[in-house]
Amino acid sequence: MSNAPLFEARNIVKNFQVGGGLLSKARYVHAVDDVSLTIEKGETFGLVGESGCGKSTFGRTILRLYEPTSGQILLDGQDITHANMRPLRKRMQIVFQDPYASLDPRMTVGDIVGEPLDIQDACSGKEERRDRILELLNLVGLNSEHMNRYPHEFSGGQRQRVSIARAMALHPDFMVCDEPISALDVSIQAQVINMLMELQQKLGMAYLFIAHDLNVVRHISKHVGVMYLGSLVEVCEANSLYRNPMHPYTQALLSAIPIPDPEVSRSRRRVVLEGDVPSPINPPQGCKFHTRCPYAMDVCRQQRPETITVEPGHTCACHKVKQDLGL
Amino acid sequence: MSDHLLEIKDLKVSFFTPAGEVKAVNGVTYDLDEGRVLGIVGESGSGKSVSVSAMMQLLAYPGRVVGGSIHFNGQDVLAMNAEQIQAIRGKDIGMIFQDPMTSLNPVFTVGEQLVETLRRHTKMTRAEAWQRGIEMLRLVGINNPEQRIKQYPHEFSGGMRQRAMIAMTLLCNPKLLIADEPTTALDVTIQAQIMDLMKRLREQINAAIILITHDLGIVSDICDEVIVMYAGRIVERGTTDDIFYRPAHPYTRGLLRCLPRLDSDGSEPLEPIEGTPVDLLALPKGCAFAPRCKNCMKVCLTQQPPVFQMGEGHISMCWLHALENNEEVQEQ
Ligand SMILES: Nc1ncnc2c1ncn2[C@@H]1O[C@H](COP(=O)(O)OP(=O)(O)OP(=O)(O)O)[C@@H](O)[C@H]1O
Ligand SMILES: Nc1ncnc2c1ncn2[C@@H]1O[C@H](COP(=O)(O)OP(=O)(O)O)[C@@H](O)[C@H]1O
Ligand code: SF4
Ligand code: SF4
Ligand SMILES: [Mg+2]
Ligand SMILES: [Mg+2]
Repeated sequence: MSNAPLFEARNIVKNFQVGGGLLSKARYVHAVDDVSLTIEKGETFGLVGESGCGKSTFGRTILRLYEPTSGQILLDGQDITHANMRPLRKRMQIVFQDPYASLDPRMTVGDIVGEPLDIQDACSGKEERRDRILELLNLVGLNSEHMNRYPHEFSGGQRQRVSIARAMALHPDFMVCDEPISALDVSIQAQVINMLMELQQKLGMAYLFIAHDLNVVRHISKHVGVMYLGSLVEVCEANSLYRNPMHPYTQALLSAIPIPDPEVSRSRRRVVLEGDVPSPINPPQGCKFHTRCPYAMDVCRQQRPETITVEPGHTCACHKVKQDLGL
Repeated sequence: MSDHLLEIKDLKVSFFTPAGEVKAVNGVTYDLDEGRVLGIVGESGSGKSVSVSAMMQLLAYPGRVVGGSIHFNGQDVLAMNAEQIQAIRGKDIGMIFQDPMTSLNPVFTVGEQLVETLRRHTKMTRAEAWQRGIEMLRLVGINNPEQRIKQYPHEFSGGMRQRAMIAMTLLCNPKLLIADEPTTALDVTIQAQIMDLMKRLREQINAAIILITHDLGIVSDICDEVIVMYAGRIVERGTTDDIFYRPAHPYTRGLLRCLPRLDSDGSEPLEPIEGTPVDLLALPKGCAFAPRCKNCMKVCLTQQPPVFQMGEGHISMCWLHALENNEEVQEQ
C-alpha cells in the first residue's frame, strides 16, 4: 500500500464518562464525535475551533494517549487502533501548549532532550548520546551552552524549543503540536512558527497543528479543519479558507478575528454570534451549531447534516450549503 | 491645575524581591481625557498591569511606587488614604480583569454583589439597587436578567461572567474604566461579543477607557490612542493610526511585522523579533531593547534614548531619531 497517506483517522469518537458515582447517573462528554481526516507526508493539517471543542482530545486520541471509543487510526495504511504503541512512539510525537508544565524542572535540558533516546536505547554510548543531543539542540536554535542548564533558567520561547527538540529526538514523521505557541508572546511566536516550518522542510515531518489563532494556522498549514462541539464542520485548503469559507460557523469565526489594521477594522462588517458554545454533555440535536447559527432552518434542528464535497479538497457539513449548491 | 481626567508623570514602581530590585515601571508619563480609549500593548512583564495597579493603590507586596505622580480628576491619588481611595475605586474608576472571578465573589449571587456595590457608593434603597442591577445586566447583553441576577457566578459561562463584571463596574457611572486583558481568557466569538459591548458602551457612557492587551487586532478595533511598553518604559505613543501606519520605534515595527499577514500564502517566513524577552533583574545599561534590535548602534548600548517628538501627540524613545534629525549624539 505505497499510495496510502501517512496518517488517516476514520470516524474517531471519544467519550469521557463524568459522574456515575453512587448517587449520580453516569453521563458522557462527547468530546470527539465522528472525526475523519487524512494527513500526507511532510504536510501540515491545522485544526481550529473554540475552547472545549475537542481539538486536544482528538490530538491525544490519535496518538493513543487516550483510547478511542470507536473509529480507526491508520499509519502508512496500517491499522494501529489496537497496536502496541511502544515501537510506534518514535514515529508519532506530541508538543504541548504549556512550556512550563511540560518539562521536568529537576532535569537538565540535555537530559530532557536525551530521555527519549535513553528509553528507546537509541544510542550506543555516552559520546553518541551527547552528539545526538547537541545536534537536536542546534536544530531548534539552542547550543551546547544550554545543555547543562535547567528549564527555569529559560524563557517561554526557549522552553518550547526544548520541548520540540525532545519531541524530535527519535526523528518522528508525525508530530501533534497542541497550541505550541499560545503561551508565548507575540514577538516570540513568529520564531517558533518559523522554526517548525524550517524543520518540516529539512526533515519532512507531518504536523497536526492545533491552535485557536486562525491567522497562524492558515500561515503554517496546507489544509485546515474547523471543529465545533466535537465535529469537523469544514475542511479546506488553507488558502481558500479566507477566499471561500462555506460553513456559517467558519464564516463567523473568521469575522470574529480582530484584524490589526485600523482602516480594515473600521470598515468591515462583522457577524457577531449570539450565545455560548453549548455543553458537550448534551449537544444540540441535528446540526450542533443550530442554536447559534443565523441561518438555522427546521431541518437543521432535526437532522445531522452530512459532510459534502464542495470542490476537490473542500468538505463541509451544512444543510444550507448543500441546498445553495443544489446538491 | 490640570484639565486632563488622568495625568501620570514619571511613574516608577519597583518590586523589592530577594533576588534584587525589579524595576517593573520605570518612568511612565501620559495623560488621558474623557471619552477617549487608550490601548496599552507590550509583552508580558513589560509593566502594563503594574502601572494601572499603582493607579488604584492595588500593588501587591513587595511592590512600591518609588517615584512620580498620579492625578485623577485633579486629585493626587498617591497621597490618598485608604478610605479616600476606596471611595474612588469601584465608583469613579472601574476595573475589569482577565479573570472575572477576581472581582466576583463565588459565595454571593450576582444580584447581591450588584446591590452591595451600589449601596456602598450611593444612597439607593435595596429595591432601587436591585432594579438598577437588572438594568445593567440587560445593558451588557445578558438575556433574561430578572432570573439571571439571582444566580451565582459559577452558574454563568466565562463570557457571561465577564459581562457581569462589566455591569458591576458600570453601576456607578465611572469616569474611567480600566480593562486589563478583558478577553484574553475568552474564545474569539465571545471576545467579539465583549468588544462589541465595549464599543457600544463607549458611545453611551462617555467614560475614558484604558484597555490593556497584547492583541494588536483589538487595539486597532477600538482604541483612539496607543502606548507601546517595553521593559517598564513607554517606547512609543501615538494615535492608533500613528502606531499602525507610521510606527517609529523598532520594537513597534517589529511587533507589527511579526504577525502573519492576511494576504500571505504562507510561503514567506514570518519576520520574528529575535532574541529573548528582557530580564528586568539584569537590564542593559542603555536601551533595554538593544540586545534584540536590528538597528542597534554604539550609543544604544550605553545611554538611555531620550523621548523624541515625531508629530502632534506622537512620541518615540529611540536613538535612531537623533540620527534622522541630524543631531549630534554624545558618546559617553
Ligand atoms: N479527561 C477528561 N474527562 C472528562 N472530560 C474531558 C476530559 N478531557 C477533556 N474533556 C472534555 O472534552 C471536551 C473537549 O476537550 P478538549 O480538551 O479536547 O478541548 P480543546 O478543543 O482542546 O479546547 P482548548 O482550546 O480549551 O484546549 C471538553 O468539554 C472537555 O471538558
Ligand atoms: N508581586 C510581584 N512580585 C514581584 N515582581 C512582580 C510582582 N508583580 C509583578 N512583578 C513584576 O513586575 C513586572 C511587570 O509586571 P506586569 O505589570 O504584571 O506585566 P504585564 O505587562 O504583563 O502586565 C514583571 O517583571 C513582573 O515579574
Ligand atoms: S446545518 Fe443549518 S444550523 Fe447548521 S450551520 Fe448549516 S444552516 Fe446553520
Ligand atoms: S535606541 Fe538603539 S537599540 Fe534602542 S530601539 Fe533605538 S536603535 Fe534600537
Ligand atoms: Mg486544548
Ligand atoms: Mg498583565
